Amino acid sequence: MASSEALTTTGYIKHHLQNLTFGQHPDGTWGIAHGAAEAKAMGFWAIHLDTMFWSVLLGALFLWVFRRAAVRASVNTPAGLLNFVEWAVEFVDENVRSSFSHKNDLVAPLALTLFVWVLLMNTMDLVPVDWLPELAKLMGIEYMKVVPTTDPNATFGMALGVFALTLFYSIKVKGVGGFAAELTMQPFQAKNPILKILFLPANFFLEFISLVSKPVSLSLRLFGNLFAGEMIFILIALLFSGGAVLAIAGGALQWAWAIFHILIVLLQAFIFMTLTIVYLEMAHSHH
Amino acid sequence: MNINLTLIGQSVAFVVFVWFCMKFVWPPIVTALNDRKTRIADGLAAAEEGQKAKAEAHEHAEQVTSEAKEQAQEIIRRAEKRETEMVEEAKGNARTEGDRILSAARGEIDKEANMAREALRAEVAALAVTGASKILSREVNADAHAKMLDELITEL
Repeated sequence: MASSEALTTTGYIKHHLQNLTFGQHPDGTWGIAHGAAEAKAMGFWAIHLDTMFWSVLLGALFLWVFRRAAVRASVNTPAGLLNFVEWAVEFVDENVRSSFSHKNDLVAPLALTLFVWVLLMNTMDLVPVDWLPELAKLMGIEYMKVVPTTDPNATFGMALGVFALTLFYSIKVKGVGGFAAELTMQPFQAKNPILKILFLPANFFLEFISLVSKPVSLSLRLFGNLFAGEMIFILIALLFSGGAVLAIAGGALQWAWAIFHILIVLLQAFIFMTLTIVYLEMAHSHH
Repeated sequence: MNINLTLIGQSVAFVVFVWFCMKFVWPPIVTALNDRKTRIADGLAAAEEGQKAKAEAHEHAEQVTSEAKEQAQEIIRRAEKRETEMVEEAKGNARTEGDRILSAARGEIDKEANMAREALRAEVAALAVTGASKILSREVNADAHAKMLDELITEL
């Protein structure tokens, strides 16, 4: 099960946690990083090809399936795929309606995209950990991390998008002054202008932290859950190289963990969507 | 697990996906769902209307039926009455006709009888005259005895 050049346990785990990184080597040439140290040396201007490939593939799959349904959608009796898509759309729509009370045509499609996309990316975790990396190795690709949500770049990327939207709508709805007041005039409030100025630094400190903590917690929650799940799958997979008894135990454990993980996969996608809706609701409402 | 350009790439992918979903996926599906909702509501309303109309029609039909039944009863009653009337009339007619025929026959019979009687009288008179003439062995002058003969005839 473990890769041929690194049969040690540490090597196996490290190999599984290494993204396929493309970037500029310190010596000036461009190429794929061989190992964690090289990838680190590439700095910011490197890209994880596996994360990009799988996330874009899954996002495109989502849009392709839903677009097909959207083209066929009509008032007549739905069937097959359309039924499923309508169920998903109504589920998201209901969630948006229950927690978002303003008029905004972006929020519902945003929530749908996030939910299905994150769900699909999380679901990659249920594919046995060695299948796709081994397949990639056969094709000559050294590293292959197939679950994009176990890459903090992917979760931060989405969270940054959501964060940008909350900033945009906060300023659009409340104005720059209103937004600034929200950041500086609470939670400590005073009528006296001198006190107001005195409270300003403390207020800004607290509010700024709470503002920034939103995208950070949003992305780290998803990343942490999926990374931990993936890690456990990797550890279970280690059992397969430990003899017949351990291999059977590993099979049972993998099966049990996969079933439990279905819950996490779905729950984390749902939480990501719900929190996005809530953040946008907060951006729209005045305090 | 380094933070690198992938972050930007993911953000771009996110924006593109959300934009596509907002433009080409969400609106047609939600429009179709809403249209279907309206259509179902309309259909239910129409069904209710239909039910009401049906109940009304049923009521109307029942009313018409009962009226028709009443009329039929009336007609039957009248027909029965007319029947008895006609029978009575026919009976009366038959009786008068019978009476008429009977009296006519009676008149005829009387007339016949009178005629027979007259003829008989005349014959008897002639016979009597012949008998008397034979008995008297002489010719009786009919003219001379006409008066007497007439008296005889009236007596007969």
